[in-house]
Amino acid sequence: MPYRSVVLIKQVPDTHNISGKVMTEEGTIDRGALPAIFNPDDLNALEMALALRDAEGGTVTVLTMGPPAAAAILRESLFRGADEAVLLSDKRFAGADTLATSYALAQAVKKIGEVDLVFAGRQAIDGDTAQVGPQTAEKLGIPQITWAEDILGIGGRKITVRRAIDRGTETVECSLPCLLTVVGSANAPRPASVRRRIEYKLAATSMEYKALLAKWPEFGSEEALDAWLAERKLRIPVWSAADIGAEPERLGLAGSPTQVYKVNFVVLEGNESKDVPPTREGIASLVDELVREYIVG
Amino acid sequence: MSDTRNVWVFVEQDEGAIADVSLELLGKGRELADRLGSELHAILCGSQVDGLAQSLVAQGADLVMVAEDGELEPYRTLPYARVVAGLIEERKPYIVLFGATAAGRDLAPRVASTLKTGLTADCTDLQIGDYESKKEAKVYKDLLLQIRPAFGGNLIATIVNPKGRPQMASVREGVMKKAAADPSRKGRVERVKPRFESSDLALKVISREKRESTVRLKDSTVVVAGGAGVAGPAEFDLLRELAQVLAGELGASRAAVDAGLVHHDHQVGQTGVTVRPRLYIAAGISGAIQHRAGMEESNKIIAINTDPDAPIFQIADYRIVGDLAEVVPLLVEALRDKAK
Repeated sequence: MPYRSVVLIKQVPDTHNISGKVMTEEGTIDRGALPAIFNPDDLNALEMALALRDAEGGTVTVLTMGPPAAAAILRESLFRGADEAVLLSDKRFAGADTLATSYALAQAVKKIGEVDLVFAGRQAIDGDTAQVGPQTAEKLGIPQITWAEDILGIGGRKITVRRAIDRGTETVECSLPCLLTVVGSANAPRPASVRRRIEYKLAATSMEYKALLAKWPEFGSEEALDAWLAERKLRIPVWSAADIGAEPERLGLAGSPTQVYKVNFVVLEGNESKDVPPTREGIASLVDELVREYIVG
Repeated sequence: MSDTRNVWVFVEQDEGAIADVSLELLGKGRELADRLGSELHAILCGSQVDGLAQSLVAQGADLVMVAEDGELEPYRTLPYARVVAGLIEERKPYIVLFGATAAGRDLAPRVASTLKTGLTADCTDLQIGDYESKKEAKVYKDLLLQIRPAFGGNLIATIVNPKGRPQMASVREGVMKKAAADPSRKGRVERVKPRFESSDLALKVISREKRESTVRLKDSTVVVAGGAGVAGPAEFDLLRELAQVLAGELGASRAAVDAGLVHHDHQVGQTGVTVRPRLYIAAGISGAIQHRAGMEESNKIIAINTDPDAPIFQIADYRIVGDLAEVVPLLVEALRDKAK
């Protein structure tokens, strides 16, 4: 039977390629300074939702909270097979910790309506907290199944999932609706399809209209462009804090109990080190020294 | 706000075995409570766990709250969250700590969200200190300083929670030291009666498949680890042999695990295990920050790499610039000679 799914996704700075100063004075991250990518685990969450829809029917809506540029991963999701995309974007969301983030996401999921399943990646590579999934589930008042590896079965209002635990796995059965956080080893995310890439190439949020008009002046006005996109179902809605009925004091920096007190760059400490030549004699004298100092033997 | 300055530790047990990280947290929690002049309390949940309570007193707890109920075995999020959040709301501790295990990282955010307080994931150090908020022109005394790697391990961030209570953190396994048990220590044990709502029981555990890992990385005095520079299974066998000669354990960087050369159980680093052996041999490991985070506190480090500029050399005690396929057999040979 068809299920309605929402996938929470995040655009993250590629933390494997960091150089220079990327922190602001408040200690938050200047995302603009790094290449932005689709958070890896979120691709596994999207794949799990798409595979379920392909087998059972239903729809998959992707939702992200972020700056206007985060529309890139929404388009990427459409290329890969998502049915709908929503961007949650407002200056008031900025500087949110996991508590404020999960509050905003839960408000947006409620606005989407009756949802059977919420999927999220296990964790994002910028914060590595793995907290937003469980906290969003709590805000929605639904059970959570973290570290999900596979949906073993679904029928009626029940889902059976295999999940990772420390040193093993367990199989759980849960009533719907519920939220799953998906591990990176769960599946191999499908690539974008060429057909869908062409179909959704122009999908855009209103925050991108200015740039689009500069590229295609023939549309004449933002209104004309908006109408053209809407007619072709290429308009990605942007929801603000007001749109999701959020209490302002629970959003962004104001709604975040945790603060970054200070940040230290990791500095490699130079220590006294010995060069050992890669020769029989060199290695033998190293082993002598290790034995002498009771490190081995 | 909290009425007390008490420090709480959520003690994780599975089928009667207490998680190592919980004992490590009791050691740290004792230190924090002493610094604050307050008490250390432990929460223990399960179906038959009463017998474990006294051992937690011996590890430093002043009070052990024991919640026993069939619904609390095995671990499930919602029944546990009901008990833990309920006790916190009722008694208002100052600090609550969780191990950053699969269960701890599942439970802690659920509880923090219920209590609308802050939570810092996967800390590697905790201290008590003052925090001056420039914006508010105010100094917050004796906060929990929550220290963790951020941004893929490229930064070390200190996080504070000036106003939310309790201050909550999960702590990585293996980074804090277990205190020695003192069987003569005195403490209180209190039974608490859990009450569940039907919605807490929405999820059932159907079956569990435990895979007992035979890898003993954490307790090993010698670790021999391979990385991206290990050319294939045959070269990894050389490292296995070296580990065997040294009575050590085989380790690996993420690159070697991702390449399928070795099981994830062997992975050292940010997404693996943190080790501090007497001797760590890094062969063909460039020394990405994520890997160093898991091994740089080793007593002695030998690095073998063909690239003289590999970052691993910056933290190595012994630098061997050379091909591991030649160097490792020489090491094995020299060690065997010594043993004769």
